[in-house]
Formats: sequence, structure tokens, C-alpha cells
Amino acid sequence: MNTPCLSRPRGAIRIQDVVKVYDPHGAAVTAVDHCTLDIAPGEICMIVGPSGCGKTSLLNAIAGFHDITSGAIYLDDRLLCGPGRPQSEPGADRVVVFQNGALFPWKTVLDNITFGPLVQGRSTLREAREKARALMADAGLADVESSYPAQLSSGVRRRVEIVRALMNDPSVLLLDEPYRALDSLTKSMMHESLLQTYYRNKVTIFFITHDLEEAIFLGDKVVVMTSRPCRPKKIVTVDIPHPRDHNVLTSRRFRELMDETMSAVHEEAQAAFAAGEREG
Amino acid sequence: MAVTATLAAKGHGRGSDLVGAGLSIGSVLILWEVMAAADLTAGVPAPTAVLAAWWNLLFDGGYWQSWYLSAFRVAAGFFAALVLGVLLGLAMVVSRTLYGITFPIFEVLRPIPPLAWVPAAIIFWPTTELSIAFITFLGAFYTIVINTLDGGRAIDQRYVQAALSMGASRMNVFRRIVLPGTLPSVTTGAAVGMGITWEVVVAAEMISGGGSSMGGSGGGTGGGLGFLIWNSYTGGSYEQIIVGMLSIGIAGYLSSGLLRRFGQWATPWIGRR
Repeated sequence: MNTPCLSRPRGAIRIQDVVKVYDPHGAAVTAVDHCTLDIAPGEICMIVGPSGCGKTSLLNAIAGFHDITSGAIYLDDRLLCGPGRPQSEPGADRVVVFQNGALFPWKTVLDNITFGPLVQGRSTLREAREKARALMADAGLADVESSYPAQLSSGVRRRVEIVRALMNDPSVLLLDEPYRALDSLTKSMMHESLLQTYYRNKVTIFFITHDLEEAIFLGDKVVVMTSRPCRPKKIVTVDIPHPRDHNVLTSRRFRELMDETMSAVHEEAQAAFAAGEREG
Repeated sequence: MAVTATLAAKGHGRGSDLVGAGLSIGSVLILWEVMAAADLTAGVPAPTAVLAAWWNLLFDGGYWQSWYLSAFRVAAGFFAALVLGVLLGLAMVVSRTLYGITFPIFEVLRPIPPLAWVPAAIIFWPTTELSIAFITFLGAFYTIVINTLDGGRAIDQRYVQAALSMGASRMNVFRRIVLPGTLPSVTTGAAVGMGITWEVVVAAEMISGGGSSMGGSGGGTGGGLGFLIWNSYTGGSYEQIIVGMLSIGIAGYLSSGLLRRFGQWATPWIGRR
């Protein structure tokens, strides 16, 4: 088993002039509009934008769930999708954690976590379980391994899901509003736990959210997207040093960054709202 | 008995629930006995008379032969329906083409009640036994197919995407996502199908004359429980009619109970909080 290596970070994502046009019933809808974005290896990149702005289309393109209309996406200089290859093949180097969670209800926590290495035939059952138990112990999940997801609180489920993703030694974690449905207290616990996990296993994180506080607390970089069609409007570098904990939230720098980002987010939220009014 | 089951399933005050069930069943029996004694039941025999007839039947090999025959027919039709129904249902989940071809035919045949098939089945199948098995098969088949199909199609795409994202092959997705994801609906379909199977086998036996080439010791026994009822009716043994009816009730209760147990065992993640 190879543990993620801190000295050789991988997971550089290059999004180059990507366009995604949906054509549901002849009426073309541009979801992503000439989007260019570079994400460094091991960087936590937070994508912020109004709901339905096309952020998820971008994530789906990286994950290989949907195709793109033009442009290209590279992972560590390997072409994922682009000219001549509109849709990438989903793979365990880019594991997705979904909005409402996608733990398999019919598998216990342990079997959920060992799913990836076992279906890839990468390790034996014993190896996979050993590694799973080590990761679970780190994440404080040691005593839930034989529970089914339905028996767990939503906060514990999210943590299990992050561990399940990390079991695959991905170079990128793709998170689509994973903490959306959580109450704010649980959410802040999740944030600290995610950072702890991140410090132990340095991966690139592509994190979609519309919660600005979450974005600045977690992110190395916050990308504010324009409302549909979606493209980067403003990129804010978060220069608060790691490791971070909840004390960051009350710091002056945090407030300043919030102010700096807020107006851009607000503008787009208004644009999205106005567009919604027009459509309605 | 069903009353006991539902009350007990709620899980509170099991003892008092049992007492309540006993009281309600007991009072109905007493009322029935009294009304029969007062000749108010229009010829329906009293519980004591039924019990006496039942007691006699317990020593009649033909009665047990009827149990065996009906249970065998139900089992044969049910398991054939389970295997073929789940296979067809899954194939329709996986293949859009097959779904497109099969579903319209299926939807035309499905509303035809199994009993409407009886004459055609008798003509088509070489033995009465096979026609009865075929009818019981039909009873469970449609329900199982529809449940499998609906269950498979209702699987959340996120599970499939999550599996793919963790490096699962298409085969893996089928085996580890589609199969377990469909299982709860299959067990539901099977439980409903089992109920229909008992309804249908009884009617099929009545209509087809029990298919009794296996003998029996007279008295209308030996041709299946449905045939037992019908024969008791033509023979004027009203006590035996009731015995037959109650026997079927017990048989249906036992088989759905067994199936429910099996379903709970096969889907341990359901209903655990």
C-alpha cells in the first residue's frame, strides 16, 4: 500500500477555455462559458457561486460523468477531456463526494470504505481492511465500522465518505457541497475534521460551495463564479496560514477576506436572482 | 393470527397485545358459536363442529396430501416466477432496448387476470398439474417483474457515479450497486407475489378439478386445498369447507412469514436505525 506522499504532491488541474452547452430540447443552454482555471497540486480550491450557476457541470466534466463542448481539462499534464475526447473516463484518481452523500446503504461502514481498493483489485481484503481501520482511527470513526449508513448521524456519514474517498489514494478530491444539509455547528466540526484529514493526506481539493465563510475558512484559493453561464469572476488568495482552526473565523484577516469576496458574490447572487425572475 | 402479528410488530407491550388478540378472536368465536346454536348463521357450522371435522381430517392422509399438493404447486409456480421474474426485471433495467421491446407486450398481458388464463392453460399444457403450476406462476410473475424493474430503475444515480468514481467497472456496478439496490423491491415483490400465488392456486384447483391423479382417500381430499373446499361444497360437508378455508389462511400466513424472515435476513440494512 502506498501512502500519499507529502514530498511529491500531485493533482495539478488545468482547466482550459472549457465550454459546456446543454441542448435539452433544441434550446441551447450554456452552463460553462470559456472557463480557465489552474489549480496547484495539494491546493484547496473553493468554487463559490449562486446555485445552479454551472459549478457542478465543471465538476462533472472533471469527474468524467458528463462531456464538455469545447476546451480541455488536464490532470498532471494528462488530458482528461478535450479535443477528440469530449468525456473523460471516471477514475479513482479523482474521487467525488456528493452533495447529499452517496454511501451505499446496503454496505456497512467498513465495506463502504474498502469498496474502492477492492473493486480496483488493488489490494486484498485484509490489506484494505487494515488500511481502512487505520484511516478510521485517525478520523475518530473506529467504533462505527459495522454500522450501516442509515444508523449514523449525517455528520458521521460525511466523515465516513471522506475516508472512503481517501482510501483510493486520489490525487484530487471533488466535493460538491458536501456539507450543505448540515446544521452550522456540525458544519464547523466537519470543516476542522476535513482540514485535519487534509494535513495528514495532502491531496488537491476541488470544493464547490455557496457558503462564503466555508470557502474562506477551508480554501487556499476562492474562485467566485459568475452566475449562469459560469466562469471565474474573481479569484481571492486566502493567505491565512495552515494549520487553521475555528479561531481563524474571528480573526481580522478572515473578516477582511470575507469583505473582499462578499461584494463579488453578492453581485452574482443578484444577477442569478434577476435571471430567475425573468425566467419565472 | 394476522392481528397478533401486526400488533406484535409494533413492538410495545407484546404480552398485552397477545391478550388483546386472544380476546378479540375468542369473542368472535363465542359469538359465532352462540349464533350457530340459535340457528342464526344461515347454515354455517359452529366452531366446535368445524374443530371436530378438522380433528378427523388430521388423521386423513388425503388432507395432508392436499396440503402437500397445494404447497408444492405454490412453491413450483412461485420459484419459477421468482427466478424468471427477477432475471427479466434486471435485464429490463440494464438494457434500454430490451425494455423498449418487452415492456409494451408486458403491459398488454399484465392486466389479464391469471384466472382468465385457466382455459387456455388447460388446452395448452399437457397435464392439469402443469396448467395449475403455470397459473400460479403467472400470479406471482408480473408482480415480481414490476417490482424488480421499478426497484432497479429507482436506484439513485449518485451510487452508480460514486462507484464509477472509485474505479468500479460496469460489471462491478451491476453486481455491487444494481443487485443490492434492487433487492429490497424484489423481496417486497416476492411477498406480494406469494400472497397472489395462494389466491390463484386455490381458484385454479377448483376450476380444474384438482388435477388429482394421485388418489386420496375420498371425502373430497387429495386434490389440493382449493379442491378440498370445492369438493366439500359439492359433497355438502360445510364443516370441511371452513377447515379448508382456515387451512389456506394458515398456509398463506406461514409462507409469507417465512418469506418476510428471509427478506429481513437478506436486506439487513433496511429498517435499522
